[in-house]
This record gives sequence, structure tokens and C-alpha cells, in this order.
Amino acid sequence: MNVNVALEEDVRQGARTIASEAGPAPKRIVVGYGFWIFLLSDIVMFAALFAAYAVLAHATAGGPSGAQLFNQVSVAIETACLLASSYTCGLMSLAIGSQRRLRTYVAAVFTFVLGAAFLTLELREFAGMIAAGAPPQRSAFLSAFFTLVGCHGLHVTVGLIWLVVMMLQIAVKGFRPTVERRLLCFSLFWHALDIIWVWLFTVVYLMGVQS
Amino acid sequence: MTLLGKLSWSAIPFDQPIVMGATAMMVLVIVFVLGWVTLKGYWPYLWKEWITSVDHKRIGVMYIILALIMLLRGFSDAIMMRAQQAVAAGGAQGYLPPEHFDQIFSAHGTIMIFFMAMPFVIGLMNFVVPLQLGVRDMAFPTLNSVALGLTASGILLTNISLAVGEFAKTGWVAYPPLSELQFSPGVGVDYYLWALQISGVGTLMTGINFVTTILKTRAPGMSYMRMPVFCWTALASNLLIVAAFPVLTATFAMLLLDRYLGFHFFTTDGQGNAMMYVNLFWVWGHPEVYILILPAFGVFSEVVSTFSGKPLFGYRSMVAATMVICVLSFIVWLHHFFTMGASANVNGFFGVMTMIIAVPTGVKVFNWLFTMYGGRIRFTVPILWSLGFMVTFVIGGMTGVLMAVPPADFQVHNSLFLVAHFHNVIIGGVVFGVLAGYNYWFPKAFGFKLDERWGVASFWCWLIGFYLAFMPLYVLGLMGMTRRMQHYDVVSWQPWLLAAAAGVVVILAGIACQVIQLVVSIRDRENLRVSADPWNARTLEWTTASPPPPWNFAVLPQVAEIDAYWEKKQRAPDHQTSPVQEREYAAIEVPKNSAAGFSTAFFAVISGFALIWHIWWMAGIGVLGIFLTMLVFAFREEEEIEVPAEQIAAFDRAHPAEVVV
Amino acid sequence: MTDTRYDRAPGDGFTPANMEEGPETGVLVYTVGLLLAVILTAISFWVANTSLLWTPGVSLGLTALAIAQMGVHLVFFLHVTTGPNNTNNVMALAFGVLIVVLVVAGSLLIMADLNESMIPAELMNLHMQH
Repeated sequence: MNVNVALEEDVRQGARTIASEAGPAPKRIVVGYGFWIFLLSDIVMFAALFAAYAVLAHATAGGPSGAQLFNQVSVAIETACLLASSYTCGLMSLAIGSQRRLRTYVAAVFTFVLGAAFLTLELREFAGMIAAGAPPQRSAFLSAFFTLVGCHGLHVTVGLIWLVVMMLQIAVKGFRPTVERRLLCFSLFWHALDIIWVWLFTVVYLMGVQS
Repeated sequence: MTLLGKLSWSAIPFDQPIVMGATAMMVLVIVFVLGWVTLKGYWPYLWKEWITSVDHKRIGVMYIILALIMLLRGFSDAIMMRAQQAVAAGGAQGYLPPEHFDQIFSAHGTIMIFFMAMPFVIGLMNFVVPLQLGVRDMAFPTLNSVALGLTASGILLTNISLAVGEFAKTGWVAYPPLSELQFSPGVGVDYYLWALQISGVGTLMTGINFVTTILKTRAPGMSYMRMPVFCWTALASNLLIVAAFPVLTATFAMLLLDRYLGFHFFTTDGQGNAMMYVNLFWVWGHPEVYILILPAFGVFSEVVSTFSGKPLFGYRSMVAATMVICVLSFIVWLHHFFTMGASANVNGFFGVMTMIIAVPTGVKVFNWLFTMYGGRIRFTVPILWSLGFMVTFVIGGMTGVLMAVPPADFQVHNSLFLVAHFHNVIIGGVVFGVLAGYNYWFPKAFGFKLDERWGVASFWCWLIGFYLAFMPLYVLGLMGMTRRMQHYDVVSWQPWLLAAAAGVVVILAGIACQVIQLVVSIRDRENLRVSADPWNARTLEWTTASPPPPWNFAVLPQVAEIDAYWEKKQRAPDHQTSPVQEREYAAIEVPKNSAAGFSTAFFAVISGFALIWHIWWMAGIGVLGIFLTMLVFAFREEEEIEVPAEQIAAFDRAHPAEVVV
Repeated sequence: MTDTRYDRAPGDGFTPANMEEGPETGVLVYTVGLLLAVILTAISFWVANTSLLWTPGVSLGLTALAIAQMGVHLVFFLHVTTGPNNTNNVMALAFGVLIVVLVVAGSLLIMADLNESMIPAELMNLHMQH
């Protein structure tokens, strides 16, 4: 009798109970976790930009300050758009879970439109500031502001492109496991962007108008 | 703006003979290698088996090949610097003008850290970790290939700077305001920034890959406390990569915005704050050195326990020490700029934290010593490197603790004492570690051992050469010599610098021995052939054939304890051949090859070069190319290839393991 | 895929494997999350603009509200809870938060300390000496 085989039987029985001993996890969990780690690294990058902004928040070099430039109504509408798009993204995840194509597309369109509205408002804000003599080259504060908020806007733009590609993938490939995993990653990304926006509008805009 | 941005024929330094000579050598070597590969008809093989491979073993080997090549490039910078400082005493100016010398020490640091040490460490982890975990590949094989490609892109860009343009003259840390456009108007700093941004993205991908692999894919039964210590150190190192590299990305992005778009993060005008660069750079910079040293510590744990014939002493305390170092490495970074104006309280806090971080390292050293105590040590080349490490690293660590005291640091900061310290710990720690790992796992990767005698010779040359080259630098630092000096007036420094130059020659002999070792081993490989387990080792990678098949394990091992392979060997009767006929083989799905890594790397080089030289349309093409590569990959039909059970069975029968795990 | 011994992927609240209740519960969860987020956002804007609160406390209040809203997003949208098969996800998040706090707080403290030691702008001559 093979001693090794007998030992393995016992091991196999015991290994069923704990996740850490159950062997390699299924692909969906592996992919989801990997993307989660990527998101955390992205948040650390934003933290560095936040730190730079916080240090330079008063370095206006004689130029305009946040209190003079920020328009709270615009920010409120942007926040509403992004939050709503996070909600519709959640609805899209539900539709994907039950593999309903039409609902997925509809939710995706709403998510895209709301995200695009957010971007449009933000670009208009930037253009307005540049026209009013407050470009990023004016002072360290403005450099930090444009970079921090602009980096978030860049992420939103990438997200919108990604969303379009994902809809194409559903059209071409259907709800395959690969496609579903990528959509899981997208929804993680989109919700994380909204979390970063919460910190952005709090620290940059709401605290910015205090001074 | 002209069609080619800032690029013109004047970018090639025809008036600098040394640079032109080095460029000519580099171009000749590249042409020779490419020509030889073409003449021999190796391209289809290389493309199919290596360049488009997503196999972690192949990718690991390619990382190490890159590292070894860049070791030669970085070391030639070192030789040039030592030669210059050996002669440029009193009124003598030496043979390197300041503008050139400044590029050399900047390139030396950048290449050795980012393009030698990091790839070497990542290559070893790539090859070993999935095998030690008892799984078939990393969590994200294609991402692995892309990461390798991006690292290669960074390397290529840095090497292009030798021939076209210039490199940074700011030192490898590139502090503003010197690195701002006003004081570095050339392309040197841009080469530095783009090469590192691009390879930094690759490194971050690697970090994500390893953290996911180690936490989510291990063999059945392998709980966290049954993982080999090398996997624990790989986990800690990659957690640090994920946590630290984004800070570097953000910092370099801010400097790039200053240089390209006239922003004012770190400029002297617009109320920029140059100290913030220093702060953020070292927030990354300190974890970086732990990213390098932790896997080396892991190598030593494996090597010391294998060649002492004993289990590693204090497994739990090793794991605890590793994770403590991981966290503590994030609260010491100010010790890199004690002299830059912080108050005594702040300096004191970071000084104390820096001293505390020496404690878990000490725990590790004692564990290695206690592992060896009472064992039967086999003096192979990997163990020699480990013994050399233990003495050398401890000395380097002690000088580090000395400098952790802020008042002491005020005396020696940015002197050669500092230079000696960090070379002491990086060479004694990281380089000795990766060379031990290289000798230890080479037979597993290629199926034959490296020649023992040339390995021993290389070790002794490196050890003696290191002490001869760097101990004088401690003395010079205490005598007051600053770092990065192109010439100096204090003639009494010269004898020490001559000794250091002699040391570098001895290290050169060590490297030559390693080159010979490789050539001789390949030539004599039939005599040096090994089976699965040449070292009588303890962990799972030694249960596979040498080299392992693409699928690593025909059947995933079931793990019940630490050092699973060793325990199975102890329980099995002597010389039992595995009852291979009784195993059930199933077809295995292996990830499909992909050109995504190569394609991304290609377009990244185009983007980087274009951005450096302000060729905006070309940069756009590069970015578009990367996007299209991603699209092609996303829409591919087949992701895996099925290896039929008969092929697996045939391989297993041809390579019977002594003990089945 | 129905192996409950495995952890849950982050973001996975309502995959077929995990769906004990129907999709209506899913919509409910997202809707409750949205409402809470809207309320917290509205309060934040009010706090920032009102003169009823002690001014130094405003920043603290805004921070607390941001943390609360982050929590709402994590729980209701990302389904990252403290359940037993979510441990890896929460540990990773905790590690990330630790790093963020160290980087931001550390940088702010250090930069403030360094700025203390700077020569006042009026006395500093920033012109390059040729």
C-alpha cells in the first residue's frame, strides 16, 4: 500500500474547511482580488497627490485662492451626477448577475451619460478658471488643484472608454466568464472613483471655501 | 515646432570620444547578438518559446538575464568613477569632465537600483514562488509578460540616452530645483523620468500579481503558516511595491508637469516647495530598499536551512519579523534627510524608529545562525554567499544604526561614509543574496549545475574586492570627503581612493569569474546534469523535473506541514521510485502565449522616446498602440491551451520523482 | 463556484452563487446606499456653508462625514463587509488605509515642521548668483 496516498486522503478531508487551505481560489475571486489590490495602489497614488495639494493649498503666489474660484453649485451637480452614475452602475451589476442584456445596456448608457455630464461640467470649470487668469501655471496651489482634480477626471475618462469597450464585448462575446470578470472589475473601479470624489469635494472644494 | 521636436543630429555626442566609444561598443554587441540569432534561425524559437511566453519560469529567467546585462553596464560606470577619483587629486582634473562624471554617477545609481537589483529580485521571485506554492503559474500570466516588457522598455530608453542625447546629471534621486527645467534644460532628466515611470508601471503590475498569487493561489493544504519563508518575504516585498510605487509615480508625474507644462510643484517661483519632492521621494525610497532586501533575506532562509540539513530555526518569529519590517519600513523615511531642516523632535522620532527597525532584522540574523548551529553544513557556493552576507550585512547595518542618530548623521550625511554604508548593505545584502539564489536555483531552471570552482572563485573575489573597495570609503567619509566629487584638493585622500580602485578591479575579477562560470557550465553541461533534487532540499520546487514542465505539477501537491517535501522524503522508504502508473492524469489548461507584452513594450519605447524629444505626434501613436494592444488582447477568442493527459503522463514517466508529493 | 469555503471576491454581493434572495434585495441595497450618500452629501454642503457651527470644528465635521460616506460606499456599493469570507478584502483595505494615513499625515507634519525652519520670504534672496 502506498503510504503517500493514505496520507493525502487525510489531508484532503481536513483541507475542505478553511479557505486558506482549500487550494487555488476560483478565477473570479482571484481576478476580483487582484483588481482590488490595484485599486488600493491607485488610492495611494491619489494620497500622494492629496498630500501635495494639502501642503500647497495656501501657496497662491499672490494669485486667486480656492475660495475665490470654486463654484459650489457646479460641484454639487457634479457630485450628484457621479453618485447617480455609481447607483446605475450598481443596477448594471445586478443586470449582469441575472444575465439580462437589455437591462445591462440601459444601465450602462445611464452610467455613461451621467459620467460624461460630470466630465463636461469639470472641463467647463477648468476652462473657466484658465480664462479668468487662474491656469495651473499661475501658482503652486493651482498646479496642485488642477493635477489632483484632473487626475480624477482622467480616471473617469478612462472609465468611460472602458465602459464602451465592455458593452462591445457583451455584444460580441455575450456574458462569458471572462467578460463577467472584467465587468466586476469595472464596477469596482467606478465605485472607487466615487469614493475618491467624496474626499475630493470634501477636502478641496468644501474645505477650500472655508478660507 | 519641427516634425521631430527637439531631436536633431546634434543630439548624438560626436564630440565626446568616451561616450562615442561606449556607444560603439554597445551597438556592436547588439548587432552581433541580433545577427547571430538571425543567422542561426533562432527567431521563431525565441518568439514562440520566450518573447511571447507567459510562463512564470521563462519570464523569471528573462528578468535575470536583463539584470545581469545591466550589472555589467552599471559596473562599468563604477569602474569609470573609481578610476576618475583615483587620479583627480590636487590640481589634476582626471579624464572625465564634470558634465560627464555627473551623468555617470546618476546612471550608475539608477541602473543598479531599478534595472539590476529590482529585475534580479523580481526574476527570482517569478521563477520560484509559484513552484514553492505548489501551483501552475502566477495569478495573472499575461500581466506578468507585460510587466517584463515595460521593465525592458525602461532599460532600453536608459541605454538609448547614451547614444542620443544625455542622461540626468542630478544624481539618481533627481532633487529639484536642480532637476527642474530652469537648471536642467536638456533631455537628461526627461530620459530618467520617463524610463522610470514606464518601468514603474511594470513593477506595480508585478506587485499586484504576486500579492494575489500568494494570498489567493496556493496548493491545497498550504495554509499561511505552511508557506516557505521565501514566499513570506516575497509577500512582504510585493505589499511594499503596491504601497510605495504609486507614490513615486505621483512624484515623478508632478516633476514632469513642472518640466513639460510649467507647473509649480517644486519650482523656486510660484511658491513651489522643493522639499516636498524630497519628502515624497523618500516615502517611496525607503520602502524600496526593503523591497530589495526582503527577498534576499528569503533566499538566505532557504539556502541556510537546505545546506545545514535542518529546518529553519524560529519559523514563526521569521514570519513575524518579516511582516514587522514591512510595516515599520513606512515610518522611517525622514532619516534620508535629517539635515534638511526638520526640528529636533521630528528628527528624533524618525531616528528612534530607524533604530527600532534594526531589531526584527537582528531576529532574522540570529535565526539563521541558530539554524546553522548543530547542523551539518555543506559548503556549496550558495552557502558561501550566505556566510559572506551575514558578516558584511551586519557591518553595514551597524553603520546604518550609527547614522540613525541625527547628530551623528549631521557629520556624515552625503559623505563617502553614507556611500559606503548603503553599498555595504546593498552589495552585502541584495547582491550576495541574488547571487546565492542564482547559484541555488540555476540547476532547477536549466537542468545542470553551475561550475563549483569558478563559483567559489567569484565569491572570494567579490568578498575581498568589496571590502577593499568600500572600507576605505568609510575612512574617507570620516575624513570629510563628500560624495559625487569629480576632483578634490585634499591630496591625503588619494591613497584611500587608490585602494578603493584596486578593490573595484578585484570585483571585476569576480564578475569575470562569473562569466567564465556560465560559459564553462554551458560547455560542460552534460557532466553537470542534475535530477529533480540536486541539493537534497526541503521545499516543493525540488519535486518537479529540472527544468519543470510548463504545467509545473502533473497533480497539485497536497500539503500538510512546513517543508512538505522534506517531511515526505523522511517518511518514504529509501530509493522508492514513484508508483507512476497508479496516478490519475487529467488534461491541464495552460495559459496561451501572448504578444501583448512585446507589443506594449514596443509602443512604450516609442511613447517614451517621443515624449522625451517632444515629438508629440509620435507620442500619440505610441499611446494609441498600447490601447490597441489591449483591445486585441481583450477580444481574443482563446485564452488557454489544453495539454492532453497523455502528454502529461508521458512527461511524468520520463522524469520519475523519487518521492511523490 | 458554490464553494462557501472560499473567500468572496470584492464587489461581489449578488453573483448567482451568492444570491440567497432575489434581485429585488439587490436593488434595495443599492437604493438605500444612494439615499444615505445623498443625505451625507447634503449635510456636508450645509456644514461647509452654515455659520451656525464653531468654525474650527467644521473641518473635523466634514472629515467625519466623508469617512461615513466612504463607509456607505464600501458597504452598500462595494459589499465589503466584515463577514468571515471577506477577511482578505478587509485586510487589504486596512493596509491601504494605513498607508494613506501615514503618507498624508506624515507628509503634512513633516512639511509643516520644515516650513517652520524656512527663512521668511521677505528676507530670502532667491536670485541665482552667477
